[in-house]
Amino acid sequence: MPKTVIAPEPVFNDETRLLPKKLVRARPLFDREILRRAIRESFVKLNPLAVAKNPVMFVVEVGAALTTILLAHNVISGVQGNGFEFQITLWLWFTVLFANFAEAMAEARGKAQADTLRKTKTDSMAKRLLDNGNVEAVPASRLRSGDLVICAAGDIIPGDGEVVEGIATVDESVITGESAPVIRESGGDRSAVTGGTKVLSDQIKIQITSNPGETFLDRMIALVEGAERQKTPNEIALNILIAGLTLIFLLAVVTLQPFAVYAVNSAGKGSVPSVVVLISLLVCLIPTTIGGLLSAIGIAGMDRVMQHNVLAMSGKAVEAAGDVNTLLLDKTGTITLGNRQAVEFLPCQGIEESELADVAQLASLADETPEGRSIVVLAKERFRLRGREVSHYQAQFIPFSAYTRMSGVNIDGRCLRKGATEAILNFVKEQHGNHSPELLEISERISRTGGTPLAVADGGRVLGIVHLKDIVKGGMHERIGHLRAMGIRSVMITGDNPLTAAAIASEAGVDDFLAQATPKDKLEYIRKEQAAGRLIAMTGDGTNDAPALAQADVGLAMNTGTSAAKEAGNMVDLDSNPTKLIEVVAIGKQLLITRGALTTFSIANDVAKYFAIIPAMFASTYPALEYLNIMHLHSPQSAVLAAVIFNALIIIALVPLALRGVKYRPVGAASLLKRNLLIYGLGGILAPFPGIWMINHLLVWLHLV
Amino acid sequence: MTPSGVLYIVVFFLVLLAVTKPLGLFMAHVYEGKRTFLHPLLRPLERLIYRLCGIREDSEQRWTQYAASLLAFSLVSFLFVYAIQRLQGFLPFNPMGFSTGHPPGNATPMTPDLAFNTAVSFMTNTNWQAYGGETTLSYFVQMLALTVQNFVSAAAGIAVAIALIRGFARKQMDTLGNFWVDLTRGTLYVMLPLCFVFAIFLCARGVPQTLEPYVKAKTLEGPTQTIAVGPVASQEAPKMLGTNGGGFFNANSAHPFENPTPLTNFMEILAILAISSGLTYTFGKMVGDTRQGWGLFAAMAVLFFAGVFVCYGSERAGNPILAHLGIETAAARGQPGGNMEGKEVRFGIASSALWATATTDASNGSVNSMHDSYTPLGGLIPMFNLQTDEVIFGGTGSGLYGILLYAVVGVFIAGLMVGRTPEYLGKKIEQKEVKMAMVAIIVTAFAILVFSALCSVAKFPAHGYWNPPGPATANLANDGPHGFSEILYAFSSASENNGSAFAGINVNTPWYNLLLGLAMLIGRFGFMLPALAIAGSLATKKKVPVTSGTLPTYGALWVGLLVATIVIVGALTFFPALSLGPIVEQFLMHQGKTFSMLIFPVWS
Amino acid sequence: MWKQLSISVRLVIVMTVLTGFLYPGIVTVLCQWLFPTTANGSLIRVNGRVVGSSLIGQNFTKPEYFHPRPSAAGGGYDASNSGGSNYGPTNQKLIDRVKNSIAEFRKANPDYKGPIPADLVTASASGLDPDISPASAEAQAPRVAQARGVPLGEINQLIRAHIKGRAAGFLGVPRVNVLELNLELDRQFGHR
Repeated sequence: MPKTVIAPEPVFNDETRLLPKKLVRARPLFDREILRRAIRESFVKLNPLAVAKNPVMFVVEVGAALTTILLAHNVISGVQGNGFEFQITLWLWFTVLFANFAEAMAEARGKAQADTLRKTKTDSMAKRLLDNGNVEAVPASRLRSGDLVICAAGDIIPGDGEVVEGIATVDESVITGESAPVIRESGGDRSAVTGGTKVLSDQIKIQITSNPGETFLDRMIALVEGAERQKTPNEIALNILIAGLTLIFLLAVVTLQPFAVYAVNSAGKGSVPSVVVLISLLVCLIPTTIGGLLSAIGIAGMDRVMQHNVLAMSGKAVEAAGDVNTLLLDKTGTITLGNRQAVEFLPCQGIEESELADVAQLASLADETPEGRSIVVLAKERFRLRGREVSHYQAQFIPFSAYTRMSGVNIDGRCLRKGATEAILNFVKEQHGNHSPELLEISERISRTGGTPLAVADGGRVLGIVHLKDIVKGGMHERIGHLRAMGIRSVMITGDNPLTAAAIASEAGVDDFLAQATPKDKLEYIRKEQAAGRLIAMTGDGTNDAPALAQADVGLAMNTGTSAAKEAGNMVDLDSNPTKLIEVVAIGKQLLITRGALTTFSIANDVAKYFAIIPAMFASTYPALEYLNIMHLHSPQSAVLAAVIFNALIIIALVPLALRGVKYRPVGAASLLKRNLLIYGLGGILAPFPGIWMINHLLVWLHLV
Repeated sequence: MTPSGVLYIVVFFLVLLAVTKPLGLFMAHVYEGKRTFLHPLLRPLERLIYRLCGIREDSEQRWTQYAASLLAFSLVSFLFVYAIQRLQGFLPFNPMGFSTGHPPGNATPMTPDLAFNTAVSFMTNTNWQAYGGETTLSYFVQMLALTVQNFVSAAAGIAVAIALIRGFARKQMDTLGNFWVDLTRGTLYVMLPLCFVFAIFLCARGVPQTLEPYVKAKTLEGPTQTIAVGPVASQEAPKMLGTNGGGFFNANSAHPFENPTPLTNFMEILAILAISSGLTYTFGKMVGDTRQGWGLFAAMAVLFFAGVFVCYGSERAGNPILAHLGIETAAARGQPGGNMEGKEVRFGIASSALWATATTDASNGSVNSMHDSYTPLGGLIPMFNLQTDEVIFGGTGSGLYGILLYAVVGVFIAGLMVGRTPEYLGKKIEQKEVKMAMVAIIVTAFAILVFSALCSVAKFPAHGYWNPPGPATANLANDGPHGFSEILYAFSSASENNGSAFAGINVNTPWYNLLLGLAMLIGRFGFMLPALAIAGSLATKKKVPVTSGTLPTYGALWVGLLVATIVIVGALTFFPALSLGPIVEQFLMHQGKTFSMLIFPVWS
Repeated sequence: MWKQLSISVRLVIVMTVLTGFLYPGIVTVLCQWLFPTTANGSLIRVNGRVVGSSLIGQNFTKPEYFHPRPSAAGGGYDASNSGGSNYGPTNQKLIDRVKNSIAEFRKANPDYKGPIPADLVTASASGLDPDISPASAEAQAPRVAQARGVPLGEINQLIRAHIKGRAAGFLGVPRVNVLELNLELDRQFGHR
């Protein structure tokens, strides 16, 4: 043990202890603090340079500025009766403000969360291990990748890293919100630790893997704050569409002026519509609804992912989740409960059941997995074999690996192994043992019933099989069915043999399975699917999952996993719940649907606005156009004003929808489209009619026109 | 609407439906280079053409090369047509002695601006005619310049559509085929055989085909009537089949020599839409899923029926102002009734309305009745067909690539609503596709609206060079909203490469010739180049497999969506303009309001 | 690009020879051989002199002839300058012209009292419409009968014999070819 130089006591304050239960507290939609922040921001965002990024809102702002100038000019030159122009100007500014507010709302929620996180980022002191074996105290912010540090009970882990020595329990509630401590140890898949978490017991040596400012926590803060937010490809494409529509409407309105000149000349009466009215028409036509809400939808989508305790490294990853064609689901822990239970011992001919139980128990003593423990328990129940204190023996434990697919113990010169049937047969062959066809037969019989055969061998001697039973999670069958309805194939990945896999697959209802899968198989499967044009999502936690996680289009890494896995994936699930992949897919879809629905709604709205404004514009030139005034609006002024007000208010009215997202149900594309077209397409055409009509009457009632 | 009129329209549609599959299948084979029944006859000729022109049949082009070939060919075609027109006075087959100046009788001189306009017009498959054929052009120009363009501009349109189809059909490839080969095959295997048979048929039913000069007849009452004849049948066939529409005569297919009988009339309307309709099947066949082709066909059919019945209904109802004067406007007692101004007795109301709709559904632009004299609502249909970019069957090739661009926009908006990155036929619709589709829609809207706006207010000195009548509105034959409709229709027609007109407007002035020529160029290449860019981008993409999560692009839902996209985009863009033209005129007509020519007040 | 242009020039020339020269040439030769009448304009000769084309309308103003529709082609039925009036439905000129036509018609046909058939006072699209509706012919029958001094029944019978019907229940509109009808009048009742 290196000598420890006493470091100053790490700073603990109340805030670090009273961390929120969850990283992202589900806040009410209109939290008062967030509202205050958003309202302030909506005015800051009036800066034309900021608005210029959004072509639709830029056009509105330019329009608002123009009417303001005209109004000022009128007032200065003493023109009377500017009430109409004043109200239009006011509402045009409101339109911009409302759009800013929507974006600010979405951002403010992220910022509020980032603030909470930042509070946990106290600059603790780290105990850095020097080359000479001494330990020096340095501020955590000066640690570089590759540094070794020591953390004892009560220490805050100063940065992201890998445990290289020792084992400890760690409180990771800062990150996961889960108060139960987790075990972190060197080697294996539980070696990653995160900066900001706290060691509760024992002492570990950690190799730091990130530089200051690049830690997981830093990235997380940046992500929730939206600082790193880049527009996703789909968002850019939609922006192009909206900008294109804006241009079309600009053409339609700008050319309307000369057309009106012709009309006035040839009708010999009336006047050409004023600039204020033309600007009003333009603002009503351009897709302000989606233009104002587009960025809010994107930010809110990320936010929703976060509320499921999943960290998406980019918006692109969330979008890709919506596009996924194939889900690779690990059988264990995702489809099944993960704790297969040993239910019987099936010895080969000439072998006593008790011997099989004895060897199986010995081989499982160091096996901390639920399966291993269940074997120990079963042997105890059946044959009163007690768990022996293995340290008394000259024992060497062989851990399970994905390549050998077996584990066991070397004890007193005996090589006891348990594992996949084929692996054991190979092992027996290596040991020049006897081949037992019977073993395969039993193993297949178990597999066919959905059980897992676990072959047991004592050196070259095949003993028999332990029957492990897998338990499929409740409701799994239904969820897989939902996936299928969404058009997503689910593929079960398992190390089991094909027969076992087939039985579980049929019980869970997955579309396909990949049996006896090594990480390499997984990677190849992904490549093959991608070559066929499919998008793949998968979960993973081990270092050997990293290549597949990186290759997959959506790689959801478990927070309990190694840092290699977390680096490779583009999302991290803080709860380490692999089933969550399904929710992430739904959120991705919801994000895209919300964009499409509001775009459709925005465009469909224009129909009614034409019926309000066009007859009003030409009331003096062509009174015959009054036939188009199907809403029977009071006067030309009230018609134009009502349309502008409706156009502004609809943005605010739709903020909650943009933030919450359109309701998503896992059904096929056709019925989804039918439903959304009905609500947002047809609804979008119809809704403004009563809306504008009511505003018109309100204006008349208030004597505003 | 009369039962026989409705029957006419329904029978027409059924016949169109019947020819779609065989014609489409044949074209798929031609463009995929498969052997057809015409190969023994035409294959040696095809090879000869490649050898003469230095075309390598097996070399493939990227979209940029494909586009460059298209542009080069169009440029040379333009120069060729321009030169022949200007030189017609020195060339043979000119019995009436037409030239560039000092023309005989009532002939029109072939001025540089008119030659430019006409050359652009035929090269772009527009066939807008600022001139009257029988008073301006020699037989040499009609045959060696215009008929040739009737063939190749149509074949070029189909080539672009085929390239776009390949973009959808191919996986991770850079190339789209070879423009020269596609152009040659389209001319040789599709246009030429069909035109040959159709020309002979037309001549048998009364369409002249002669190189003799105009005939002088002494009429029953005494005066002499000069009857214009010429090689009409051979030009009429490609004019109809290649959605060209440029008539031999000024009156186009209303002229009894272009369209002598009800049967020729039926066949000519069929010829307008046949190839374009067939291409929907070609599309389905080549992308490997004929349902996709029928999906497009169904959307087109819905729009077709909607248009034709609104137009027919309105023409059938007639002009209430005339009805007031004591004219029988109901069909009864051995007379057609309805709005007969500008219509021929042998065609009647139904087939005139059908033609007006079909010719603007496609980018044909031929007429068998005068759209300018339609009721406002009846005239709104052709105009709106133009403004929605002629995607209802559409021009040869241009209809298909036009509706595919709308499909891209529709898929993009609606595709999002199923929660996936939008895809069409397994191809992801992303930035580049959306951008290019929007460019195509915007540039045509630009040409229509901005140029119409210019002409609504532009002023020129009377008897000047640019527009001798004076202000641009002095060229109109009608005042009030209808005059505005003439301008709007002219630029809609030119920008969409249609060629039909509210023909009262006098457009043979340098100002209009140049501006309309520009509109045609914008409309042709502003649509073709984005279509090719999309094709190039799509061809390089993977094909996403179809699942139940994929937006189905066939079936009633898709058809409804596509129809709604086309109508809503068109309506939102043009509603303000239309409301000052046909829409307000319709209301005014019912109020009995009329407009007489007034001298326009000075533009203030 | 140079190569593209070179191919273009060659291809335009080849296509011109093929579709601008060979195609119309072959069609002309074939049509002149197969359909000499129609290929040359369906001309009608009386005593070896061309009096018109059965497809092209010509003007008639004398009371003993059936009158065709108003024509906007040149100065009226100018078969080398086809075209319609292009008057829109709200054009005062259209209304005035129709009013004139109605007045003239009423004056020339005092015996006809019914509403005026729509085709008779509206200009055709080509200005060369060879046909009028049967109703339009019947409306003029009393005038023609009176001018020629023949019984109305014979004139009406002649009209009925000249009506081209509607084929297959939908193809075409019942109509009467004015030139052919007038030629028949001259043939039967003598040229005056």
